[in-house]
Amino acid sequence: MTEAQTASEEWTPSEVQRERDEWRRRRTLRSAVIAAGSTLLLLGVIGGAVISSPGWERVRETYFDWDKAVSSFPAVLEGLWLNIRVMAICWVLILVVSLTVAVVRTLRGPVAFPLRLLGTAYVDVFRGLPLLLVIFLLGFGGPALGLSGLPTSALFWGCSALVLSYSAYVAEVFRAGIESVHPSQRLAGRSLGLSYGQTLRHVVLPQAWRRVIPPLMNDLVSLQKDSGLIAVLGVTDAIRKAQIETALDFNYTPYVVAGALFCCLTIPMARLTDRYARKKGYHGAGGHL
Amino acid sequence: MSESSTELLRLDGVRKAFGDHVVLSDVDLTIEPGQCVVLIGASGSGKSTLLRCVNLLEIVDDGVITFEGRDITDPRVDGDEVRSRMGLVFQAYNLFPHLDVIGNVTMALRLVHGVGAEEARSRGLAMLDRVGLASKAAARPDDLSGGQQQRVAIARAMVANPRLMLLDEVTSALDPELVGEVLDLLTELKGEGVTMLLNTHEMGFARDVADQVCFLHDGRIHEQGSPEQVIGDPQQERTRAFLSRIRA
Repeated sequence: MTEAQTASEEWTPSEVQRERDEWRRRRTLRSAVIAAGSTLLLLGVIGGAVISSPGWERVRETYFDWDKAVSSFPAVLEGLWLNIRVMAICWVLILVVSLTVAVVRTLRGPVAFPLRLLGTAYVDVFRGLPLLLVIFLLGFGGPALGLSGLPTSALFWGCSALVLSYSAYVAEVFRAGIESVHPSQRLAGRSLGLSYGQTLRHVVLPQAWRRVIPPLMNDLVSLQKDSGLIAVLGVTDAIRKAQIETALDFNYTPYVVAGALFCCLTIPMARLTDRYARKKGYHGAGGHL
Repeated sequence: MSESSTELLRLDGVRKAFGDHVVLSDVDLTIEPGQCVVLIGASGSGKSTLLRCVNLLEIVDDGVITFEGRDITDPRVDGDEVRSRMGLVFQAYNLFPHLDVIGNVTMALRLVHGVGAEEARSRGLAMLDRVGLASKAAARPDDLSGGQQQRVAIARAMVANPRLMLLDEVTSALDPELVGEVLDLLTELKGEGVTMLLNTHEMGFARDVADQVCFLHDGRIHEQGSPEQVIGDPQQERTRAFLSRIRA
């Protein structure tokens, strides 16, 4: 080891290696320039086509009015705050419900048959029903039941609909992750004397989790946007706020503002997840190949 | 540099480091066509990394690797084309579990060498026959024993007639009674004139089959020569210590 370390201190790249490094550096630079240039060109062509179109002036006034954007911004932002809260609360509940359903669906043995059946039926039904329909059913039907102890607010029942619908999708993501862990891992866990549950908790789920992070992100971003659907129950979220602002003068800029704000939420989140996954080495080691 | 036109592979001052850890340092080696060169040394001495550098699966930090008279460490060289003229066999077989045996063997013929499905199949079957597994063409890798899987892996690497076979600890994952069948196959291939660069812990095989044995320690070749010399009468203290540990 000491020998190897001294070797690393003494080493200076040879002539041929310096030439190779220089060539690689130039190639990287050239690729970057070509990529940047072609991107700019494409954007320029698309931008030019839009701006030179005959109706551009009207579109610009209706959709990209700066004063309107500034005046509607506070209201849309206020609406977005509701989206964020709905999303955060629902996401936690969705993870809990869907993980439970996924675990139930992967249970083995005849004892667990009724549970598996229940889990399968739930996933089948709620994946099959359009989200909007579930929101209508629960949003108007739920409060009408008059159950004591349960709130009757549209927000509560709208969130319930989101959780029920999304959990069915996310449960399948988790199930795919659980089943992708090689059976030998389960055997190794059980051979150490870990129980079924301990093996699941400490061996299978940690490995399943890292594999399903990208599809989970997909569903989270999707939820962020679908959280706006509960506006049909009369709750005012970002899109509803934008709609109200638009109704004042038929200028559609508030919709663009809402769209930009949604992107401002999702894009950093996606990048953060990518970075987190890379840091943990979740994406495997592909090297240069 | 005296350029001998007969050599197939030549390493000059090859160096590879992962971060601060220098894995290979100043490695020189030549292989003539038809030769079998065996790398020996403790785990972590750099044997596998050397094979992976030759196959361009790792990019060397310095030094030149010449294959068939061409500097393949030049960044302008098409690595895929170079790899298509070498065969690499892994310790853990690395067969594709979603394909049957013949599918594994013929994949490179069809996708890389542009051979038609019919001809690829007949060449694949002939190759499987050569490794004694023609009857297993339709089997899935998971249904085979370790020794059979490794022979399939050798057939997969050899089917396109590579100029050089690289074998990375190909018997280390096998049960002792299965080691023999793979080593027998390698001995046979050597007899047929296949050029091989391999690393192994099987000293008996190295002694019987190798034309040249290289002892690696901490990424450097400490001793190289005929098996009689390196294994039979090692000159270096490190080589002696390694061999006595292997035999103990």
